[in-house]
Amino acid sequence: MSAAEKLDPELESFRAEARAWLAENFPPSLKDKDVSMTAMAGITLSGDAKLWQERMGAKGWGTPTYPKQYGGGGLTNAQARVLQQEMARIGAKNPIGGMGVMMFGPTLLEYGNEEQKARHVPGIVTGTVRWCQGYSEPNAGSDLAALRTQAVDKGDHYLVNGQKIWTSGAQFADWCFCLVRTDNSKKHEGISFLLIDMKSPGVEVRPIKLISGNSPFCETFFTDVKVPKENLMGPLNGGWTIGKRLLQFERAGLGSGGGSAGRGGAAQGIDEIAKKYVGTDEKGRIAEHQMSARAFALTIARAQAEAKSNAGPNQTTSIMKNAGSKLQQERAELLLEIMGSQGLGWEGEGFTREEIESTRAWLGGKAVTIYGGTAEIQNNIIAKRILGLLDHQ
Amino acid sequence: MAVLTEEQSMLRDAAKSWVSEKSPVTAFRKMRDSGNEDGFDKAAWKEIAEMGWTGIIIPEEFGGSGLGYLTLGLVLEEMGRTLTAAPLLSTAAATSALLIAGNDAQKKEWLPKLAEGKAIAALAVDEKSHHAPSHMTLEAKKTGGGYTLNGKKLFVQDGGAADLLVVAARTAGKADEKNGITLFLVPGNASGLKRTKLKSVDSRGVANLEFHNVEVPGSAVLGAVDNGFDVLDATLDRARAALAAEMLGAATQEFETTLDYLKTRVQFGQVIGTFQALQHRAAKMFTDLELTRSCVEAALTAIDRNANDIPALVSLAKAKVNELAHLVSNEMVQMHGGIGMTDAHDSGLYLKRARAAEATYGSASFHRDRYARLMGY
Repeated sequence: MSAAEKLDPELESFRAEARAWLAENFPPSLKDKDVSMTAMAGITLSGDAKLWQERMGAKGWGTPTYPKQYGGGGLTNAQARVLQQEMARIGAKNPIGGMGVMMFGPTLLEYGNEEQKARHVPGIVTGTVRWCQGYSEPNAGSDLAALRTQAVDKGDHYLVNGQKIWTSGAQFADWCFCLVRTDNSKKHEGISFLLIDMKSPGVEVRPIKLISGNSPFCETFFTDVKVPKENLMGPLNGGWTIGKRLLQFERAGLGSGGGSAGRGGAAQGIDEIAKKYVGTDEKGRIAEHQMSARAFALTIARAQAEAKSNAGPNQTTSIMKNAGSKLQQERAELLLEIMGSQGLGWEGEGFTREEIESTRAWLGGKAVTIYGGTAEIQNNIIAKRILGLLDHQ
Repeated sequence: MAVLTEEQSMLRDAAKSWVSEKSPVTAFRKMRDSGNEDGFDKAAWKEIAEMGWTGIIIPEEFGGSGLGYLTLGLVLEEMGRTLTAAPLLSTAAATSALLIAGNDAQKKEWLPKLAEGKAIAALAVDEKSHHAPSHMTLEAKKTGGGYTLNGKKLFVQDGGAADLLVVAARTAGKADEKNGITLFLVPGNASGLKRTKLKSVDSRGVANLEFHNVEVPGSAVLGAVDNGFDVLDATLDRARAALAAEMLGAATQEFETTLDYLKTRVQFGQVIGTFQALQHRAAKMFTDLELTRSCVEAALTAIDRNANDIPALVSLAKAKVNELAHLVSNEMVQMHGGIGMTDAHDSGLYLKRARAAEATYGSASFHRDRYARLMGY
């Protein structure tokens, strides 16, 4: 926080307002508890968690910078930062989360028509409607534009047939934002951005069991699914631009996720854990990891300060996804090694809950260099967009 | 790049145009080939002083501009880009000791001269082939009202040309103890001081110093007797952060030169930058450059703010910049292929400077250990 920001009287009056509202509305039982992910995993909230989500949703502060007319907070970026500071001060976590907030909402506000915004933004703001992402297909992973799920014009609706994969949380989702093929003669220019109600007849979801034992991803099948024409977002065959814009929001979000890994996350510091299991940092590897984590945290801070002064993101952000995901995996591998045989438990007796969680997180973390654009795709993007290197001919 | 004030931006731009016009790599090459024993060009040093860079960290009351270490870093970064050799860093290192621990008389005597660039100063610390600031055997014995110094210092940066040496010596205790270290201000032409200028791989001005009954008055003591280690460590942190800025500049230039080559060198009918094996290595270097820049700027900013975590941030910066310098200088040679191995190409000059700078004021493993200790691992 800059000195100028500290002294801004309007911001300070907003700070007082936010502090007073939080004091009245935040249930103290939820201190340091994150309920946004629970909601995403399909668990129905109850008690204080439900109350907190309802209050934040009604106030619009779960999506603080969304426009007020659709139920958002209508705050400036500076006010949103103040709100964040005030929430952090009392250990309040944002109960509104998920792909709707992080990825689809900002894209909808940018590309959706008035009717679509009025219909879909309020559900995102209150956290009551869950969205999933229909992008990847079995034969369209890194080469996403090779996707083949068809949407055929049938007059008043599109008829959708095909298969999506790695649809996170599809088993709990109400809606899917989906990239579909509307023209077979062109690759990128034959793709459209379609919003599909997951309760439509012909939608089938099968969770995929991963090496971590969890099933955060699904296969989603569309068989003769009728999608009303009003659910086309943006121009016909203009979906690739929108789809890429959404990926920018996704990667920015993933980068900041790496940031929490960089700062050590909510969990205990790796050095504290190491002291418990192996005593000291004999080979300097913990220090090395912690130093990389600090370098990453400093880079996030620098990129934010620069973006603020230049009024826009800069090229530094292009490294965030790879740097953050690498750190997260490195930390998990190091933890496993530190715990020795205690880090090799799958379930049951003989292992603490933290040990099991840490081992499962190590396995689950293998996804972070694959989803949202693999590490290799990120390197391609840096090489081509930032460094100006050309495609191989 | 950190968010800069207008004054800082102007100074950086001035430095950028000066190094490209007056001190390109060809100037360094010419200095090297001339057999210059000082390891820097006196005319260039005079211009540096005239531009006020020697006074950047010195307060206005002593004739400087008091702009601070981040600003010094901006200038050193530009100098690093073209391998500009000058005793600016060494002088700033020794000046830092005076700023931290000097009394009024010492400051009045030396700071105006240093600010004007009329005196060159150097920091004499290490006695072994590896940086070890608590390993001190050079003896300073109390004799009458003053001290007599006996012993040696190795690989002192700009030690041959320095008018003033800040010398760390042992006044009590054993070789590797932190207690019992005292700092002294010793004139470069002191009687009994033998200076041997070395020919180093990076062609900079380093010297070995031998002290044979060098007598200094009591007023030459900088800071407290026997308790000089903390001042020395704080001084070294300023030198390390400044060196990190120079190294960041060099690595940035190495990367940009290499990237240009990837975009122009044609093999198999296309520019080699289209090969993914090279693209991903370029992306890795870019990523490391960005991460390291954050660390270097954070360390320099922490010094300017006199923050609590200067030592940790400095060790972070020096460790990271060492790793970066190592990687990028090696990749520069490798990606240039045959031409990169020749003396005619700049790759070798950058490679040599990178290794010398890596070893100066602590290797990556030195600073990893120090960081771990500071954080209590």
